[in-house]
Amino acid sequence: MNYYESKDLGRFAEVGKFKPELMRKFFDYYSEATSTEGALTKKEKALIALAIAHFKPCPYCIDAYTTACLENGANPDQMTEAIHVAAAMAAGIDLVHGVQMLNVLEKQGA
Amino acid sequence: MKESALHLVNNTRYNFENKLSEHDLDLPPLAIDTLQVNVTLKCNQACLHCHVDSSPKRTEQMSKEIIDKCLEILRNNPQLKNLDLTGGAPELNPHFDYFVSEAKKLGKHIMVRHNLTVTIDGDPTTKESKMYLPKFYADNKVEVISSLPYYQEYFTDKQRGKGVFQKSIESLRMLNEAGYGDEKSGLILDLVYNPVGAFLPASQEILEKDYKEELWKNYQLKFNNLYTMTNMPIHRFREQLERLGAYEEYMEKLINAFNPLAASGIMCRSLLSVSYDGRIYDCDFNQMLNMQVFVDKPMTVFDFDYNKLVSRKIIFDSHCFGCTAGAGSSCGGAISE
Repeated sequence: MNYYESKDLGRFAEVGKFKPELMRKFFDYYSEATSTEGALTKKEKALIALAIAHFKPCPYCIDAYTTACLENGANPDQMTEAIHVAAAMAAGIDLVHGVQMLNVLEKQGA
Repeated sequence: MKESALHLVNNTRYNFENKLSEHDLDLPPLAIDTLQVNVTLKCNQACLHCHVDSSPKRTEQMSKEIIDKCLEILRNNPQLKNLDLTGGAPELNPHFDYFVSEAKKLGKHIMVRHNLTVTIDGDPTTKESKMYLPKFYADNKVEVISSLPYYQEYFTDKQRGKGVFQKSIESLRMLNEAGYGDEKSGLILDLVYNPVGAFLPASQEILEKDYKEELWKNYQLKFNNLYTMTNMPIHRFREQLERLGAYEEYMEKLINAFNPLAASGIMCRSLLSVSYDGRIYDCDFNQMLNMQVFVDKPMTVFDFDYNKLVSRKIIFDSHCFGCTAGAGSSCGGAISE
């Protein structure tokens, strides 16, 4: 058995087996935020979600949002650029902590 | 699994009639205004998603006798305002030009499902040039409906074969030069998007905007409308789904996206489809599945009776979920957007 099974994504709602009102509120919020045309298009939202799916490596979300990107008219160039944004941000977030390292080095007189 | 057993499984799991009943929908034919005629299974391409299994190797052609019978039907039935020619590449039927010219004389609106590349490739067996097509279409005021799976090379060539995108661009340029895509000319050029894979089409309106912007920005090309179509889970596309282990997932996707509004507008309610050998079907997909219209007997063009046909029972099966998913899918694109 693997911890991640693609068919388990279809069971997401079962997390609401206990305290269902919390999951209901989450799903309402989730679908309003990710799946409606607003100031951002559904395609733009799907590309953001795909980027985040990679930033917080989630196989369920990568599966779902690769399809969502395609079903909202995105192409592999746009999808690849989106995950490069996520990767660059992740690297930048790591590297900017180098300033903390420099601060400590200075404090140590090194 | 044997085909009959597989059919039984599909009928139980993916039962379209049951879905209609769940939604209290009855879908009898409406007034029939379009005769869609498949004049050949021969094509210069062999696309991955093709539900007709067309390729340069196919030899099936509609005879002049059957074309004349179709013209007689069009002449005797003024309700049939539209002639929709498809294939294969319909231009590879030796009587294609005759069919178009004669139907024009009858005052019919003629649509041709034109794959663009046949203009450049010509006939793959006789090597006859087809470079005259844009002018021929313009002279006969034909509405040209052309597949272009995406506005970029990658998806287009992946589905339709290497080099298809560049040839399609060249052919679109020739159509533009003949006046197609120009609002003032009255010559209509529509493009058709269908997904390159096991997913549903994006919004027709949004994709049309993307196509128009990108084709103009990169190639200075114009067209009128974009039609989005869902890939039908039959024949070559079904084989592809089965190779990928994605057939059941795709069917579930279609069923979960069932849209009653799209169902009410499905094309088989206002169209009849004729095969190269003159048999009559509810649509091009039923034609490819040999599900012939039956009114007392299997119907052919030689039995054509408008009143009988408009009272027929449309034959549905699991593939019909392809026409009713999401915004729906028809020969004229999305149904309920």
